[in-house]
Amino acid sequence: MRMKRIAHDLRKNRTMYVMMLPAFVFFLVFSYFPMAGMIVAFKSYTYTDGIFGSPWAGFENFEFFFQSGKAWLVTKNTIVYNVVFMIVNNVLEITIAVILFELAGKVFKKILQSVIFLPYFISWVVAGAIVYNFLNYEFGSINTLLKSLGFPPVNFYNTPGLWPYILVFFSAWKAVGYGTVIYLASIAGIDTEMYEAAKIDGANVLQRIFYITLPSIVPTMIVLLLLKVSQIARGDFGLFYQLIGNNGLLYDKTDIIDTFSFRSLLDMQEFGMAAAVGLYQSVLCFLIILMTNEAVKRVNKESSLF
Amino acid sequence: MYKKCKAEQIRIAGFHKKAQQFQRFLKYTGRGAVVYYGIRKPVDLYNAISTEGSMKSKLTLEKMGFNLVGYLLIMLFAAMCLIPFLMIAVGSITEESHIIKNGYSLFPQRFSLDAYQFIFDNPRQIASAYQITLLVTVIGTLAGLFITAMTAYVLGRKDFTYRNMFAFYFFFTTLFSGGLVPWYILIVKYLGWKDSLLALIVPSLLNVFYIIIMRSFISSTIPDAISESAKMDGAGDFRIFVSVILPLSKPALATIGLFIALNYWNDWYHATLFINKEHLYPLQYFLYQVLNSMSFANASVASQGAVVMETPKESFKLAMTVIATGPIVLLYPFVQKYFIQGITIGSVKG
Repeated sequence: MRMKRIAHDLRKNRTMYVMMLPAFVFFLVFSYFPMAGMIVAFKSYTYTDGIFGSPWAGFENFEFFFQSGKAWLVTKNTIVYNVVFMIVNNVLEITIAVILFELAGKVFKKILQSVIFLPYFISWVVAGAIVYNFLNYEFGSINTLLKSLGFPPVNFYNTPGLWPYILVFFSAWKAVGYGTVIYLASIAGIDTEMYEAAKIDGANVLQRIFYITLPSIVPTMIVLLLLKVSQIARGDFGLFYQLIGNNGLLYDKTDIIDTFSFRSLLDMQEFGMAAAVGLYQSVLCFLIILMTNEAVKRVNKESSLF
Repeated sequence: MYKKCKAEQIRIAGFHKKAQQFQRFLKYTGRGAVVYYGIRKPVDLYNAISTEGSMKSKLTLEKMGFNLVGYLLIMLFAAMCLIPFLMIAVGSITEESHIIKNGYSLFPQRFSLDAYQFIFDNPRQIASAYQITLLVTVIGTLAGLFITAMTAYVLGRKDFTYRNMFAFYFFFTTLFSGGLVPWYILIVKYLGWKDSLLALIVPSLLNVFYIIIMRSFISSTIPDAISESAKMDGAGDFRIFVSVILPLSKPALATIGLFIALNYWNDWYHATLFINKEHLYPLQYFLYQVLNSMSFANASVASQGAVVMETPKESFKLAMTVIATGPIVLLYPFVQKYFIQGITIGSVKG
């Protein structure tokens, strides 16, 4: 019966099915096939035998990963960095959006907003070049400045302890413009009557911000945080790869799951282990999404992801 | 005291209203995925960014103080965003020996175009990288945009019985992924796209979020009646899409197209994974290679049989960065508006 209905629908809407076909095939090939290919994590992969021909290896790849001593380090780094990025970036985005909204001077404001949005448009390769120009030991601008002030230069690429700050700074540098646009749009959607009422009552700028603007953008904040939390086990590969590169001196402070599995794959050709790391990350991510969703459901059924 | 109470009342009243809207802020339902950042009403978002806020009335001391502090803070952050760009531009037109001796600086001293001269004397590789990037960007954007719009249109058609199943099929890929390795093996071994431009174009053709944004746009701006009446006139579904829907969704096409194009222009990741042959390097990956080694400069000098003279290394890197980023920065003032629309189109409830 059901088959008959599907067959009928296929006939009736065949053009629409054909129109859907390219996207269907695209995700089948590039998303669903790799999901099936995850079994490579349980194999000792050789290029000639392929995913399905290679011999099984049981949990060897996972043992190798967890015994390398890196598993905990990269997991911790990934999650801690993401949490810090999330907090710092959101605070900056909200602060900038709220202030920009309240400022006088249309044109000048627009220019400032454009400038803040600009770094979003360049690639991480260029961002990496910029960081190198700032920080390199011999003629980086920060060291030039330090020297001209009479301080000794700092060898940044040799000092892992400084990198958490550098990474947080450049993450904000590139991402805040984008988030500011979302928050500005959210603020612009607030009912202007509320501001007028507040004006009649003589509320000052800060009162307006804390009693009207901020409470009104709470839903936006929560959505953005939720979206970030669901991706918390996925690192920002471009940021870490382009800023740190293959500088092993810094790995203790800067290695994340994504860079670790990338190196295992490309530099060490450890297909099995890299796949094990990827499987571990995907499952971790999926569990976090399910848990977040469950938690949100408890608080408010309507606002859960699915 | 009274003022404080009143503000509190406003706050509470605001909260109640928000609480109701809060319930709809983001959900995935059988009706399809909705990206909704909790933005309440469709506003002209580009203009909204430059509205006067709530400061329309006369200037008071308190307002002046707020503006002063506010401008200082924002300008500080904006300066941090802008300075790196200036530094690169200035460095690229500074004499090499000056950089080596004194480091980079913000103001042009010792003006020299040697770095650019050097690049334009050896244009083969950079020209090839530019061509590759242009080719990949144009083909990828046109194909990706067309498929995105077509898929979005069908997903939004209410008479397409299994649209929810398809929506979930697409949406699920954002929740769970097979990870890097199986995807890499698929492309290299089973598709055989190592050192092929297909590896730069095809894997990033579609993005689920763009499909969702496109669908919200089509279903919120083009009434169903238009499709229906075209159907009545005997037009097929594909005909309706090409000759009715596409022309009507030009603003959304421009927006999503720019997002896709920016991704292609800035892509270095796929080249890192799949491209080894130098003549297939796209611009960003070529820049990456230049920044991380000087093989390019030395190779091109050597290949011309010239003695390896002093090549402007540091200023050369900066000039390369300027050449690779220039088009984006120059186009930025004209296209920014579309990006702002794109960020917020999808967020106004779909």
